Amino acid sequence: MHIPRKEEEIVKRTISRNDDFRVLQHNIKRPEGIDKVTGKAIYIDDLQTENHLYGKTIRSTVAHGILKNIHFKDGIPWDEFVIVTAKDIPGKNVVTLIEDDQPYLCEREIMHKAEPLALIAHEDKHLVEKALNYVEVEVEELPAIFSIEDSQQNKVTLQQSNLTNEFHVGLKEISEDVWTECDQIIEGTYETGAQEQLYIETQGIIGQVDFDGDAIKKVSVWGSMQCPFYIVKALMPLFDVEETQVRVVQTETGGGFGGKEEYPNILSGHAALLSWKAGGRPVRMIYDRQEDLWATTKRHPSKITIKTGFKSDGTLHAMDIDLNLNAGGYITLTPLVLSRALLHCWGPYRCANTSANARAWLTNSIPFGAFRGFGTPQAVFAMELHINKCAAELNIDPAELRRKNLLQYGDTMPTGQVMDEKIDLDFLLDRSLEKSDYVNRRQQIEQFNQSQKSSGGLKRRGIGLCMNFHGGTFAGSGETHMNSHVAMTLDAKGHVDILAGQVEYGQGTITTFVQIASEVLGIPVEWISKHQPDTDVVPDSGPTVASRTTIVVGKMVERCSQALLKKLSEVGLNKDYTANEFQQAAQAYHNKHNELLYVKVKFEAPPDQLEWNEETYEGAAYAAYTWKCDILEVEVDLVDYSAKCDKFISVVECGRVLNPIIAAGQIEGGNAQALGFGLYEDTVLQEGGMANNQYTNYIIPTTADIPEMDIEFIEFPYLDYGPYAAKGIGELPIDAPAAAVAAAVAHAMGNHFICDIPILPEKIMVVAEQAEGI
Amino acid sequence: MRSYLPDYPVINPTSLDEALEVLAAKSNIKPLAGGTDIMVYMDTGVFPASTLLNLYSIQDFSKTPEFSDGHLKLNPLSTYQHARTDQAIVNAFPLLAIAAKEISVLAVQSRATWIGNVANASPAADGVPALMAYDAMLKLSSKDGQREVPLHQFYQGYKQMDLQPNELITEIQLPPLDPGWKDYYRKVGTRRFQAISKTLLAGRIKLNEGRVIEDIRLVFASVAPYTLRAVQTESVLRSRPLTPEIIDEAAQAIQDEISPIDDIRSTETYRRQVTTNLIRDFLNSNLTK
Repeated sequence: MHIPRKEEEIVKRTISRNDDFRVLQHNIKRPEGIDKVTGKAIYIDDLQTENHLYGKTIRSTVAHGILKNIHFKDGIPWDEFVIVTAKDIPGKNVVTLIEDDQPYLCEREIMHKAEPLALIAHEDKHLVEKALNYVEVEVEELPAIFSIEDSQQNKVTLQQSNLTNEFHVGLKEISEDVWTECDQIIEGTYETGAQEQLYIETQGIIGQVDFDGDAIKKVSVWGSMQCPFYIVKALMPLFDVEETQVRVVQTETGGGFGGKEEYPNILSGHAALLSWKAGGRPVRMIYDRQEDLWATTKRHPSKITIKTGFKSDGTLHAMDIDLNLNAGGYITLTPLVLSRALLHCWGPYRCANTSANARAWLTNSIPFGAFRGFGTPQAVFAMELHINKCAAELNIDPAELRRKNLLQYGDTMPTGQVMDEKIDLDFLLDRSLEKSDYVNRRQQIEQFNQSQKSSGGLKRRGIGLCMNFHGGTFAGSGETHMNSHVAMTLDAKGHVDILAGQVEYGQGTITTFVQIASEVLGIPVEWISKHQPDTDVVPDSGPTVASRTTIVVGKMVERCSQALLKKLSEVGLNKDYTANEFQQAAQAYHNKHNELLYVKVKFEAPPDQLEWNEETYEGAAYAAYTWKCDILEVEVDLVDYSAKCDKFISVVECGRVLNPIIAAGQIEGGNAQALGFGLYEDTVLQEGGMANNQYTNYIIPTTADIPEMDIEFIEFPYLDYGPYAAKGIGELPIDAPAAAVAAAVAHAMGNHFICDIPILPEKIMVVAEQAEGI
Repeated sequence: MRSYLPDYPVINPTSLDEALEVLAAKSNIKPLAGGTDIMVYMDTGVFPASTLLNLYSIQDFSKTPEFSDGHLKLNPLSTYQHARTDQAIVNAFPLLAIAAKEISVLAVQSRATWIGNVANASPAADGVPALMAYDAMLKLSSKDGQREVPLHQFYQGYKQMDLQPNELITEIQLPPLDPGWKDYYRKVGTRRFQAISKTLLAGRIKLNEGRVIEDIRLVFASVAPYTLRAVQTESVLRSRPLTPEIIDEAAQAIQDEISPIDDIRSTETYRRQVTTNLIRDFLNSNLTK
């Protein structure tokens, strides 16, 4: 195979590294970093309260049943406890999200293990734990279903129908004529497990209700979360109060990965209900790790079947994709996860005939929910491993098969979206092959395996390659519907405070926003802060999800900074001002108006953005795409059948990189979490409840299991949408490496593909012991 | 913390005699040393209400192991860290240092004790196999006197030990080693570090000039209700020349001696297959040397 050299071309063809930026493209210190590493930062469990109670949740131990009664047994001073059941709820017993199917506390039908049935609180933290052992729940058990297959076959019908949603893209079906035009047809089924987000800080909320006489004056919650305004919307109907009567404050948050997108709605409701029943005493509900793993959402398990037809030269001619997700016991965010999975399932390839169908199924498992990638990792795993499998069956190198079929500038996606941004996937692929020394390594590895086999050696090596795209921001017209706002204040001394609902949970929101504002305003980063998300103070800039923080909200920070400058020009700030003159203008504004300068901007869609049709799933699914190629190597040990990834390169196109070290950190972290998804992380579901709900038994890779990674950014100019041509990268990295590592294991095992992840040693053993010639 | 702390009063004896008095007089006493296992049980709420006997308050207990004339004595407060860092011990009993490194993280290694690992009686203990491979002897003390039990006869069933309620394990003794042994230790965990074993082999072999197996130790974790010294498989191998055929025989014999189960960490099938692979790996590595 010939690989064109790209190294010298990078400088010519991409954005130069130091375009005259004063702050952007530099690794500025994280404004909140020192407090985090010195322990000064206030996480929810550090927040001091007085006269508080500790709240706990009584949960279901059966997967499906009718709740008959809850008995509070002797041995505990129950009269000292605050107890809340569904009957106490003052407003609507519904967790507001998409569908109204999930209650805060079960009233009658239990849909899954760990479902909240009642709440208790007491001022003795240890006694409230002990009291849980003195509660007996009477349930009439019903038959339950746990797998996608059982749900499809309707072995038990849950809600009105087991099928929660069905979406379709492309041809209604692929005709027999098209299949007969193909020289080879290859089919495969791919399955992924329920990955757990495993943020370091567990879920935690403190709730407090203030009264005005008997009436609720204000419902306030503080805690670890990604979406403060989701919680406002969830608490309003629960207490039947107005928006102004709810206040949500995000405290320092130790990781989220989507796990703190929707779940804090439930926990906030619980803490606030207990406080309300306790007459307004603050109630602390901080989950321990076991409860967090037992009760909270995980990634939707998937089962995806792909049938592809190829011409004799390797051209992809037809693609039929049947995508299924396990929703669990309630719908939560499933329709959106399903939609995103569907919109990524065909991969970065051109194909004349594509038909893709996506369905989600209710079961009696714990409800599955948001997790970094949001359906995409499942879809990308299936397609990328399938392409590798096809390459093996067609006897073409996986890199060659991709090159033959890569999406090109001007091509049309199955949704009808024309790729009118400057994509150059050939460049990305070639650079990755060059960087990893792919051709030589593949040859050397095959020789190594041959010599191991002939000498009775117990090591095998493999190399795996994958490519993928990720659509940034909400799908379709979601951003327009969201109608986000960002504001800024400027005080007399020239200090700028950015007001937005976006949260910092480790990914660098504060740093990125401060850098953008500093660049526009021409003032030092130390003069700029980002306000703590407090819904009484900051405008709703949408949730901190969907790789949208930099590209959408960052752009609004840029526009808001420009609006601020315009205001200052009214008090005489000239062009080409100095930082000193900026301060003088701030003082002048205050002298004139005697108030904080406040500016606010709202989301504006790019003028020529294509329409999206929610009904037909046609049009521009995403405003911007990011692109990535991963090449990694594994070593399989035939004594214990473990696979260890020991080489890993990624080449990434995500527009301009605003902060190189944070960007690389996002890629490395996503890659590591994806290796966990592919090789280690096995949520053992027993009757839909997590049996291995401890750090000791839910195995994520540690630094000893993850190789040093070589990350390279190719920065194609992309000027239409994000701030300074930047796009979002939160999710892109987690999509493909699980497939790459599965492909590498298959290569090591003589092209025997293991198509369900995680690829635990137990699965490799079966292949090693049963297959020929390994 | 799911356990209710008032359920666990603590007694602080100042001497061994006082501690033994307490054990003789009261029931439901749990000795507390490093506390690294108790901590996990309390956190998960599975630790039965009991009185803790704090061994740290006993002045007679020295933390540092005693090592002289090739004899090693591990005291009730000797930690893994001691075995990792005392170079004389590392040289004399390398399996102890290797095992110590495999256990959890540095913080736990500095706190957790060898005797605690024995007394916790987990079938997945990482330290016990190394001790057993070195023919460790336990000294058990009570108000009525002392007795010695070989470690490999100490376990009688899952969490069942040859230990009376009034007895305390006060010493682990390792006899001096003959020259000429080759050691092997391989833990198969769910990841490289911070893992509980799915199977583990601590092996030692002594071959004579004619490649005959003079003596052998095969100790396994996580494939039986307790740390298993595979005496039957050892006897298949003992006094016979080390050949590919005898390795096959040992691989067969071990299958009858282990009794692994399916659990949340692995499967019986995997544990059987890999245990066989470990024996083969250990013996093969000695085949050609």
